[in-house]
Parts: sequence; structure tokens; C-alpha cells
Amino acid sequence: MSFLTIFFAFLFYIATAVLVGGLAYKIWVFYKTPAPLKIPTTPAPITATGVAYRLFREVVLFESLFKSNKWIWIFGYLFHFGMLLVLLRHLRYFTLPVWWWVDLIQPFGKYAAFAMIAGLAGLFARRILVDRVRYISAPSDYLMLLLLLGIAITGGMMSFVVHGIDIVSLKAFFLGLMYFDWQPFPGNALLAIHLFLVATLMIIFPVSKLLHAPGVFFSPTRNQIDNPREKRHVVDWALKLESQDNS
Amino acid sequence: MADFDTPEIKEEIIVPHIQPGVMEWEGPFVAKPEHQADLGFPEELVDDWKEKAIAKMGELAGKYRSVKVFLDSCVKCGACTDKCHYFLGTSDPKNMPVARQDLFRKVYRRYYTFAGKYFPKLVGAVDLDEKVLDDWYNYFHQCSECRRCSVYCPYGIDTAEITMAAREVMASVGKGMKYSNEIIGKVFKIGNNLGLPQPALADTLEGLEEEVEEDTGVKVKYPLDQKGAEILLVTPSADFFAEPHVDGLIGYGKVFHEAGVSWTLSSKASEAANFGLFIGSYENMRKVALRIREAAIELGVKRIVFGECGHAWRVAYSFLNTLAGPFDFLDQNYPIPQHILEFTLDQLERGNLKIDKSENDWMTVTFHDSCNIARASRIGDYPGSQFETPRKVIKAVCNNFVDMRKDTIGEGTFCCGGGGGLLTDDLMEVRVKGALPRMTALKDVVENEGVTHMAAICAICKSQFSKVLPYYGFTMDQIVSVHQLVSNAIVLTGQDGADEADDASEAAA
Repeated sequence: MSFLTIFFAFLFYIATAVLVGGLAYKIWVFYKTPAPLKIPTTPAPITATGVAYRLFREVVLFESLFKSNKWIWIFGYLFHFGMLLVLLRHLRYFTLPVWWWVDLIQPFGKYAAFAMIAGLAGLFARRILVDRVRYISAPSDYLMLLLLLGIAITGGMMSFVVHGIDIVSLKAFFLGLMYFDWQPFPGNALLAIHLFLVATLMIIFPVSKLLHAPGVFFSPTRNQIDNPREKRHVVDWALKLESQDNS
Repeated sequence: MADFDTPEIKEEIIVPHIQPGVMEWEGPFVAKPEHQADLGFPEELVDDWKEKAIAKMGELAGKYRSVKVFLDSCVKCGACTDKCHYFLGTSDPKNMPVARQDLFRKVYRRYYTFAGKYFPKLVGAVDLDEKVLDDWYNYFHQCSECRRCSVYCPYGIDTAEITMAAREVMASVGKGMKYSNEIIGKVFKIGNNLGLPQPALADTLEGLEEEVEEDTGVKVKYPLDQKGAEILLVTPSADFFAEPHVDGLIGYGKVFHEAGVSWTLSSKASEAANFGLFIGSYENMRKVALRIREAAIELGVKRIVFGECGHAWRVAYSFLNTLAGPFDFLDQNYPIPQHILEFTLDQLERGNLKIDKSENDWMTVTFHDSCNIARASRIGDYPGSQFETPRKVIKAVCNNFVDMRKDTIGEGTFCCGGGGGLLTDDLMEVRVKGALPRMTALKDVVENEGVTHMAAICAICKSQFSKVLPYYGFTMDQIVSVHQLVSNAIVLTGQDGADEADDASEAAA
């Protein structure tokens, strides 16, 4: 078994564990942290269905961002939905047989890489060109975009520029990881770089600003029902203050 | 205090280029030992303030999901950077919402996140030191907690939550703010922000009764501490004497009079404001809120109605039930608490009020949506009623009404510049500059639509505009209370010179 095979096998086991474990932990922390006061940004929905619809619009349409800044919205949307299609397309490397709808989106998923790259490039340009955004950017903010760009560009190159990547062996490698039946990693530099960057992203995810992904669902200004007069909302630590009064 | 130039009003609201550090020095007076002690905070900066502050930060991130999620979720996309009125007015980049949050976030990262602990430079994490504390103190007191940024953030990050957390951390290590803390102390000791004791209040209200009778020939009561009244009115103490606030209070009294309900003010809860919100202290906010519950029980009222005040309505609408509930002893057929505009609109729609709109014909009115009402409450039973109810009432009593530009009202309304505990003379520069976006929108309708007056439903907005309008070439009397407009137009039953009252309103009286 080659060094690359062992290296990538361990890298992806670790990356997956960190991503899943880290995210699960963070989500648990968000979940158990109480929200003592009703603070939805109003006008806000007054029913649970309404809140679900508000979150849906926020996650699927980027509604607030659309209100805020059309450029960031366009670039952000191109990137995120390009990436979504690309990710869904990649399911073909982890499923046997490949699900029918994954087959269906295959061509879209390939070209979505360009949307992803365009969006990321736009966001990167804004970070440099707009003085306000430059001011708030830390090195990690640039690096995060570069990391994603690196993934998108190496991936796009394997689809459109460099041919002959042994994706049959690649699929065998990943299925082997999933079923603990290791298969050799196809030796290709571009593929190795692509996958190394992906694993890096997976590891960084739970300790970075990528936490905005679960965060948006836990944001009290977006996920609370606007019904404070109708229904009393009190958390445990606030109830303790009340029982102190009475004792 | 240094002199400063009032910004020039341009045709449109301009997003300025950043000028780092231009507002670095502006901060409010620090609370004196006695102001701190009254609120249960250490009297002065404690020796181990750094450790205490870091620990408090962790405590708050564990007690408030907002703080935790908001500190972790920001991606620095920049969507909020041109949304804060203080940035638009000062050009100081630390007044951009994300940069303001980052003053707090970079310390949180340093002590509470993996990346900040091991790669501080990479993620922009810093140690807490005197310089950072100074920045915290000054810039977290250049935020009016108006929540405009939270409307535009793709994750709903509300800088107000971070500002409140930072202020609570600072107060808890002995560096509180004089203005807010002194006022909360007065509320605890005397019952209201202005320190008006019961006899002074009684005197003022008696004066109002005489004034209204002189004007109209009708005896309208402004009762205080009247047990057994149906409604307890809780209103900001500015309503008791300051212009244009007091004209609003006169209006509430006239509406209650015509509606034929019994009502009372309370000397114990003679203040709707709750500055506990501003300093982010749940305990102090709760203590202030409990006065209202106690007053309601002692007076035996059935309903609680709030007068015109922005943040007070946020605390009343969103938090009162949480802080001081449950209100099972009140009449459940009415909203608890109810806004005076909900009451007045209901009376108007029932036809219980006789209105002569021509009394307001000399004015063309626009309406300033107060931040806390717009983005943290409803005034009515449907989302967005906080915008429509005041406008419905104004249009019912005024023939000439014009709205300001759409992106400066409603949920995108600009703060007056004096909210969040900033309504103090030691912050005059930031108050004047922060008013620039609103002044720009106002000037537009003044010049193009002939607007003469701007109505508001918040004591802080009214006080702030009275002070700030002259800086921009307007006059201080151009700001009016909504219930002042109601008061002008209402024809009391039996009023001098009025047509014979019809039977319905006679029966109501």
C-alpha cells in the first residue's frame, strides 16, 4: 500500500471525524445556550410556520443579504449555489449505484464550478477593493477564500482541462474508506492537491467562521416567533432569579 | 469637549470613505462609585479587571444564545458596513457594525476559540489590555442599539446584543457609564428617570388639568395613584413637562376622557423607560420592570397601557411578560401591555372620538419610525402593524401626511442618533453626526414635499431631535408627538365652540 493511500485514508478519516464531531459539538452548544429574551428582528412571523418560512427564505434566497447589498448577494449566491450543485454532483463518488437524480444534475454540477469560481473571485475582489471590507478583513478571511478558490479551480481543471484522471479508482478508494476495505489511491498530483485542500476545509470548518452555516438556524433574531405578549418566555436561569425573590 | 463641525446635508445619504480613529476619543463620562453601587456593580475599575472581564465574557456567551451565535457566525461579508448611522455620520470604521462587534469578538476569539488561542494573528484575535478597554468603552457607547444592522445581516447578527454584552462586562468590572447608571439609580430611589417625586408629579398633573380646561372648557382628569382605575398608564417621565412630550400626554388624557375609561398614572411606576436594557443588565432591567407589576397590583388596575416611548415599548412589548409576568391578574381581553396608539386607533375606528382634522392643516407631517418600535415590536396584532398603526392615527387626525424615502423608514428606519443611552451632553458630537441620515431624509421631504413637522412616538427621539434639529438648520419645534396631533384635532364632548356633541359621544363621556 502506497504512502499516498495511507496518508489520504487517514487524512479523510480524521477530517470527517473533525467535521462531524466538531459541528455536532458546536450545534449542541448553540442548542443548549439559552435565549432569555424575545429578540426577533421585526416585522417577524407570529407563528412557527412563519418562522420556518422566514428561515427558508434566509437560507435559500439570502433574503436579508439581498436587501443589504446586491453585489455581495450575487457573488455569495453564485458561490453557495454553485458549490451546492458541485457537492451534490460529487455524491457519485460515494454511492453505488449512483442515485438517478445525481446522474441528472451531473452536467449542471460540472459547470457550476464556474459559478463557484466567479462568486469567490468577486468576493475576493470586494475584500481588496472596497475600503470598508478591506478594513474588517483578517488574514484568515483572505485565506478562506483562497482555500475555496483552490478547491474550485483544481476541481474545475480536472473536469475541463486535464483529462485522464482515474475517477474509477478514486471512487473505489472512497467506497473502500467507507466500507473499511482500503483500495489504492490513484496517484495524480492535481487530484492529491484538490483532496488535500478539501480535507483542510473540513478540518477548519468547526473552528472557523464557516460556523455561519449552522449559526443562521440558531440566530434568535431570525428563528424566534414574535409572540411575547401572547406567550410568556422564560429560561431556567431567569426562573432562578424569580425563585430567589420568593425565598 | 472638543468643537466639531456639523456634517453637511447632501442630496442623498452618502457612504463615506473610512477615516480610522476620528471618533476614538469620544466616550461618555464614567459612572461614579455611587452610581455603580446602586446597581450592584463594583464602584471602580477592579484590580483584576482583565481576568474578571474575560470570565464575564464567557459567562455571557453561556447565558445568551445571541452572544454565542453572533460571535461565532460572522463571516465579515461587509453587508452591514454601510448600515450604521454613526458610521455614515462619522466615517470612523469602528462605527461599522461588524468592526464594532469585532472589538469584542477579537478578544472572545483569543480566549474562547481554538483558532484564536493558537493562531491569534491569523484570525485577528488580540489580548485584552487597556487600549482595547478604551476602545470598548468609547465605541460601545457610540452604538444606539437600534438594530438596523440586524435587518441587513444574512445571519441576523444584532450588534445591539454585542454592545449590551460589552457594556455589561465593563460595568461588572467597575467601568460603567454615568448617564445610564445614574438614571437607573434614580428609578430605584424615586420612581422615574428625572427624579420627580410624587408631590411634584401631582402638581404637574394638576397644572395640566387647568391648562386643558382653560383651552377647551372641559374638565379632563390626569389622575395619579388612583386605586381601582381600569387602566394604568406608564409613560416616559419626559411626558410630564418637556416639549413636545407633554403635549402627547395631554393627548392621551383627552383620548381616555372621550373613551370614557377610568385611568391613572402611578408615582411608583412613573417612568416607562427602562435603561436596564441599554446597559445589557437583565437583573437591573428586571428590577425596573417589576415596579410596573407592583404598581398595577397595588392600584388594582385591569389593564396596562404604555405611552409614547421607543425602547420602553420594546421592553414592554417584548420583555415585560418575561421579566415581570405572568400578568394573570389583568383583563385578558386586552393586549398586555397595550400601546397607547393601539388604544387610540381602536377608539378612532369605533368612531368614539370626534376629530377636526383641519386643526392640523397648518402642518405637513412626516413620521419618524423609532428604531426599537420598528425592529423590536408590534403595535397591533399583525407583523408590520408597528408601521401602520401610527400612520393610521396620524392620517385620521391630519390632512397632510408625507412619508420620507422608503429606505429610511419602516424596518430600515434610521435611529435619531440619541438612543441606547447616548442621550447625554457628553456625547454631543456622536449624537449630532449620527443624526445625519435622518436629517438628510427629512430635508428631502421638507424641500420637495413641503413637510413642516416630523412626528415621533419616542421620548428619546423627541429629546434628541429637539436638540439636534437646530444643528442642521431646522427649528426645535419641528418635532412633534403623535398624540399632540391627536390632541390638536380631538373635539372634546362639550368643548367650547364645538358643534353640539352627538349622542354617541355624549353617552361615552
